[in-house]
Amino acid sequence: MSKHDITLNVNGKKYELTVESNELLLNVLRERLYLTGSKYGCGIAECGACTILKDDESYFACMVPAVAADGWNITTVEGLADGDKLNPVQQAFIDNSAIQCGFCVPGMVVTSTALLRENPDPDEDFVKDYLRGNFCRCTGYVAMVKSVLDAAGKMKEAK
Amino acid sequence: MTITEKKNFRLVGNRVPRHDAIAKARGEQLYSDDWVMPNMLYGKVLRSKYPSAILKGIDTSKAKALPGVHAVLTWEDVPLNQEVTKFGQMRDVGGGFEGLYKVLAHGKIRSKAEPIALVAAETQELAEEACKLIEVDYEVTEGVYDPREALKDGAYLVSSEDDTNRIMDTMIRMGDVDSAWDKCDLIVENDFYATPHDHAYLETESGMAWIDENGVITMRVGTQVLEHYRTIANVMKMPHTKIRNMGVPMGGGFGGKEDITVETFLCLLTAATRRPVKMVWSREESIECHSKRHPEYLHYKTGVTKDGHVVAQEVNIVLDGGSYTYCTPWVQMYSTMNGAGCYHFPNSRCTSVSAFTNNTFSSANRGFGATQTNFSYDRQMDIIAKKLGMSPYEFRRMNVLRNGDPQHTGFVPQGHVALTELLDVVWEKLNEVPKVDYLPDGRKFGRGIACAQMGYGRLCFLHDNSRVALRLELDGTVTLRAGVPDLGGGQGSVLAQIAAEEFGLPIEDVHPYVMDTHLTPLCGTTTATRQLYMSGNACIEACKPLKAALARKAAEIIKATWWPVTTEAGYEWEPDIANIEGQLEFHDRKIYYAPDPQKCVDFKTVVAHISNEGGELFNEGQFNAPAVEVPDLSDIKGQILPDMTYTCHGVDVAVDEETGEYEILRLIAAIDCGKAINRNSCEGQVEGGAIYNLGWVREDLHWENGITKANNFSTYLIPTAVDAPDVETILLESRGGIGPYGAKGVGEPADNSICPATVNALSDAVGVEFFCTNVKPEDVLKAIKEKNKKNK
Repeated sequence: MSKHDITLNVNGKKYELTVESNELLLNVLRERLYLTGSKYGCGIAECGACTILKDDESYFACMVPAVAADGWNITTVEGLADGDKLNPVQQAFIDNSAIQCGFCVPGMVVTSTALLRENPDPDEDFVKDYLRGNFCRCTGYVAMVKSVLDAAGKMKEAK
Repeated sequence: MTITEKKNFRLVGNRVPRHDAIAKARGEQLYSDDWVMPNMLYGKVLRSKYPSAILKGIDTSKAKALPGVHAVLTWEDVPLNQEVTKFGQMRDVGGGFEGLYKVLAHGKIRSKAEPIALVAAETQELAEEACKLIEVDYEVTEGVYDPREALKDGAYLVSSEDDTNRIMDTMIRMGDVDSAWDKCDLIVENDFYATPHDHAYLETESGMAWIDENGVITMRVGTQVLEHYRTIANVMKMPHTKIRNMGVPMGGGFGGKEDITVETFLCLLTAATRRPVKMVWSREESIECHSKRHPEYLHYKTGVTKDGHVVAQEVNIVLDGGSYTYCTPWVQMYSTMNGAGCYHFPNSRCTSVSAFTNNTFSSANRGFGATQTNFSYDRQMDIIAKKLGMSPYEFRRMNVLRNGDPQHTGFVPQGHVALTELLDVVWEKLNEVPKVDYLPDGRKFGRGIACAQMGYGRLCFLHDNSRVALRLELDGTVTLRAGVPDLGGGQGSVLAQIAAEEFGLPIEDVHPYVMDTHLTPLCGTTTATRQLYMSGNACIEACKPLKAALARKAAEIIKATWWPVTTEAGYEWEPDIANIEGQLEFHDRKIYYAPDPQKCVDFKTVVAHISNEGGELFNEGQFNAPAVEVPDLSDIKGQILPDMTYTCHGVDVAVDEETGEYEILRLIAAIDCGKAINRNSCEGQVEGGAIYNLGWVREDLHWENGITKANNFSTYLIPTAVDAPDVETILLESRGGIGPYGAKGVGEPADNSICPATVNALSDAVGVEFFCTNVKPEDVLKAIKEKNKKNK
């Protein structure tokens, strides 16, 4: 096992770390930076509970070796809100009661944020297809899909 | 009677955001896996390699010698390795209902999930390495993997503690089935199979434990049953006061966190090392090692008259209990209770038997024995309707239970029976889209309907109860304390909503502190769809004396402020205190004299007055469910559950006859929730329950000789956003429940009647009957091919 020096920019803050070659980005975020919002759900990039953003694009942190993330600009769920002001997706999830146990929610709002950056005017099918990599066992997705469309509408109005 | 007369709700029935929604949206909610402590160790379980074996010996010396390993424990290290399973009940029910809880393997190994040894080490990797160094001497045995085989004479014995594989037998009968067959014009017999089903909550089992400064072993573990701390204390041979769980919201439960998961292991390891220990199960370990929905083999024989009246039904059920008893007898009660279904059979008999096998143990899963029978009886009704040439709606409507009809145990539920209304509303909704043979895109169309009943509240012989505590703060806010485990249903939030309604406060003025075994009053388990019913009623009980004291004091203040009043006629009058007190209303942080709302006083002013006079501002209320004695299991009669919730679902499918692939076009979900307290939470249960139960149709979990097939999320495929149809939710509010304000429980009932409605729709589409809950596209294709072959 070899050690590597890496730099991560997470939620606007720069971290210089020494990581093992087999260390995963998810574990670094959770166990070393104490950003526990990103969750372990499956460890094999199937459930999406660990979703983070690299710039505007979503990644499964459970499958990214920390060494490979050297220099990345990362946003985790903790970085979505602006102080007390939630981002439109987070607010829509609350307004539409899309949160039950909440364990999938960090990954779900991160993916939805990426979705709206890519396509600010999605239709229902686009949303469903985009969220297919994020599992939820509580809500049946109905309120979540509604939330993303609601957030899209609110963001358009605000412009 | 707990149905209140209250009509003008200000908060109840609204779409109220939950108190924890913001933290969850921000990723700030801490779950069981999110805690760390200084000097913490990592725990790991070594589990059996084989589903069936005799444990001959364990050599832990190499593992113990590995630097960084601080404890390696086997059964010999557990103070009390064999205890009796309890599920938070306050009453010993003994007999067949309480099985063996064995902490670590000793004697026969009953399943591949069986824990053999525990390790605590400096890192996760070291703990895993140490597990590999433990040498286990197994004598592999043949095992038995089908409960029907396990019940035969001479079958392999699964357990070293029992001399039989038989767990329990039950029987419920009504009328005289044997002589009723003569009165039937048509008798239909079918065999059904309900498959195992995994909960697949997103959060795997996890948590941590440490010893606090007073020697109390303290845990942070999400569980549906906080009361397990008693069993854990017994295992540790410690007083119940010295094991504490500061519960954590669960990342989903669905029944899978009803049994003890990591708690005992964590306590043993932290006691052995005197250091904090953390344990997290991988997804594979989670799927292989927690319970499954009981696989059930069900035989139905049903007799009807040619004009469509049901006459007699005989049901025989065999349940696969898997390796240990756990909730099997309780689930079996639900299956037997619901065996004959939500139909008015004058003559019925349902017998059931459960058996040990070397599969993963079966226990609670949302729907708890009711779903398996629901699939079978509602498939059976569909098949019979077709044979009679009646519409599935018409045939069901003629025969469903109505108000005043007895359950098959002879008990007449007190709550409203909404089956006819539910059938009507779903059938009407379905028929807004005309039924066709083929869709324009060439796919075959099918339509299905199904209905169900399921209890809310626990088995009445458990003498269930719950408690909620309230404290009025001096600024007029309210602290609510309740040992209510929150698995995502909003179990804590709804209690705050009820207290806020009662005190006339905005929701944000009541804060719930929940789930601490030692600091919150115990509410009982978050199982059996009981928390709203039980703890909601306990919350209203807790409010009553405080409201009475507030009203008394408010009446005094109002009188002193506004009276005497001089009337136009020139004389003074003043009402007595009791008269004012009887006409007060609590709302908008004030207490009003209803006939003249100008006369009012601030809620917090009243609290301040009571406080200044040394009055009580604290109260704990308890609610007790109806209680009966343990029934005679060979002839179960009377009240088994407090009340029932009723559901009806309608499904339209489109089937590609070339590939067997099918799509759910519409899913209509109707439920009588009695009264929706938090409308969003209620709809969320119905939507989520619908997709959970729909998942059962496609998710394929099975064992091959005790080995779990599909143990991760790339093989065990739960519905994604693409697979989930929009759920058209219809909430009926009869006010006919026995929960707060006439509410009924919805959590588990919402997981009934979708699977049979879906399979009924598939059968309708392709003209072939399916008898298993699991219908994959390849099964549909195979059925189409066989039908075509026959027709040639």
